[in-house]
Amino acid sequence: MPSSRRLILAHFWLGFGSFGGALLLGVWQMYVRSPLSPWLSDPELYYRSVTAHGTAMGYVFPTLVAMGFGYAICEVSLDRPLAGQRWAWTGFALAAAGTVIALVPVALGRASVLYTFYPPMIGSVFYYIGVILVVVGSWIWVGLMAVNLWAWKRNNPGVPVPLPMFANVAGALLWGWTAVGAASELLFQILPVALGWRATIDAGLARVLFSWTLHAIVYFWLMPAYIAFYTIFPRAIGGRLYSDTLARQSFVLFLVLAMPIGIHHVYEDPQVGAGFKFLVSVFTASIAVPTLVTVFTISASAEIAGRLRGGRGLFGWIAALPWRNPIMLATAFSFIMLGFGGAGGLINMSYQLDTSIHNTQFITGHFHLIFAGAIGIMYFAIAYDLWPHLTGRALNCLGLMRAQLWLWFVGMIVTTFPWHYAGIIGMPRRMAYFDYANPALAAGALPVVLSALGGFLLLASGGLFLLILVRGQRSNRITADAYHFSRAAHQVTAVPAALNGFGLWLALMIGLTLINYGFPIYHLLARGDGAVPAVYVGAR
Amino acid sequence: MIVGADRADGARLADQSVRRWAFLSVGVVAVLVVIAAAAGLREAAMPQVAVETVDPRTLHITGEFVEANLGSAVETDGTVTVRVIGQQYSFTPQCILVPAATPITFRATSADVIHGFLIGETNLNEMLVPGYVSVFHARFKAPGDHVMPCHEFCGVGHEGMWAKVRVIETKQFFDLARKRRRLDCAE
Repeated sequence: MPSSRRLILAHFWLGFGSFGGALLLGVWQMYVRSPLSPWLSDPELYYRSVTAHGTAMGYVFPTLVAMGFGYAICEVSLDRPLAGQRWAWTGFALAAAGTVIALVPVALGRASVLYTFYPPMIGSVFYYIGVILVVVGSWIWVGLMAVNLWAWKRNNPGVPVPLPMFANVAGALLWGWTAVGAASELLFQILPVALGWRATIDAGLARVLFSWTLHAIVYFWLMPAYIAFYTIFPRAIGGRLYSDTLARQSFVLFLVLAMPIGIHHVYEDPQVGAGFKFLVSVFTASIAVPTLVTVFTISASAEIAGRLRGGRGLFGWIAALPWRNPIMLATAFSFIMLGFGGAGGLINMSYQLDTSIHNTQFITGHFHLIFAGAIGIMYFAIAYDLWPHLTGRALNCLGLMRAQLWLWFVGMIVTTFPWHYAGIIGMPRRMAYFDYANPALAAGALPVVLSALGGFLLLASGGLFLLILVRGQRSNRITADAYHFSRAAHQVTAVPAALNGFGLWLALMIGLTLINYGFPIYHLLARGDGAVPAVYVGAR
Repeated sequence: MIVGADRADGARLADQSVRRWAFLSVGVVAVLVVIAAAAGLREAAMPQVAVETVDPRTLHITGEFVEANLGSAVETDGTVTVRVIGQQYSFTPQCILVPAATPITFRATSADVIHGFLIGETNLNEMLVPGYVSVFHARFKAPGDHVMPCHEFCGVGHEGMWAKVRVIETKQFFDLARKRRRLDCAE
């Protein structure tokens, strides 16, 4: 990928750099609210830190990784230079400027509203403008991905779109549409109040709009990891992808189903009625289908590799897999964490079980296991796989990479398992400190200490990861072979039109969104009696 | 060496196992949905049906959430209604008094920002959104004290927003209720 190497590296460095900073804050939070540390004299610092951690980890890190990886996929799999490089740099500049503009007021304590905004609390207007700029920058990427695909299809009529690009565009379109919810909340509800043009805001409607974004954003974060499962992992371990068609089906299912299910985030809210909550429960469960399909396809692909390497018998192929290969290791760890995290997700999906764990530490444990664990470790794998091709330099510290991945995996388990447990015994989330001397809360002390210790392992792993990338930029020059993605066991020569484009799936995605969100939003707008006075935070 | 016919066979075999797996996946999910729905019906654990609004600016001067009406009230049918307000950074009442083994309806709202609460050792868990009334039903099996923290970030004092629910013997509660119109833990 000669033409956009610098572009991709810029995205990765901004993404992984934000990750490093946010990781440091996260570990500090784990420590400071544990019994290992005395109570924070100013709890505001804690919420300031949570806001910065969430903003950098939720909006900047995965978005920049998806964008950089997307540009790489576009060039490699379509085998032509990226069209619209100047636009791509503009998108990057917007995202970078937005990151700074959002985080400065947070650092100053003017926007401690957490990355989920929580109106009617209103922080500095610059915080929201910064977040909007990051989103607008990413929308340029969405447009570029669609345009590049369209141009390639025009020149290659009837040829199946390469799977990596198909999946990449599915992720881009998913993000383009799911960001509309939070963007509407910001533009139509929060900004007018933050600018002082209006003094009231409908907090219930804002929660519904935010939930539109809040769940599918996780599938947007997940997309690069799933693309790596299907298109990097089988090649990296010397095997073949089991089924190209099944892969396409999984990605379109994510596109259609991820979007409308966000209402499960407002299960315990008073502004949405019971009927929609049940409907959403069903949709939320069905999102497990593409993940189960993925688990099957990737395990089958690993079996192909294991048998090609001489593995025999029912389980012998597992031992024959190249376990010293970082991509093998990362994918296996990711699957284990996805399994536990997914089981936790099925608990959240049920309204009846959700009432036991909603807004407890179980939820934070759950999404850290999925996002930081299963997804994050694949971001590392993607970086390791692409780095020599981006830098033109060797990346051969395999032992260091394995140590980093092991540390991340063990750290994640040690952090999140006790975290889930703390939630089950009823510890609420997002608190700067707890009175562990209270007998009703004392049982929470041990799991919180364990989680904090896990946090230190994660910090060590994150530091090691950045060190490996820096070393990769300084090592000796090599001429890397042309980069390529996995090939399928049975190469597709033709795919059904429906699986070679997105028309049908976009229509379903938008249709299902309207079914799930249309009525609740219309209902709240039509009532029009939910607006309440804004509560401004931070010194003004 | 794979020849043409074997390749086609392989592809067909692959397709078959894929299809079996897909059916299994859908089946697993369908069973989960049925379990969740059945549990919801059997335990009557379903969310609030209707959306109700209330103006947080006038909570203290008019309507059911005026201060004198907060706390636990005995209804004519023998059930108990508990009215609660959350505000930065406390609940009113700060200690809720309820009888054991009695159907209880909570009606709660927020006076300022978003709050929430859960009641320790139970599956009672609710968001309080200013402008809206949260309604949910409960029944406590046995007497005892439970913590009731705010579980949604509501500002810099969030970590200090803890309340309590005290469940007492049914008879003791209804004796107290004969003397006072609205009950909380305060004597």
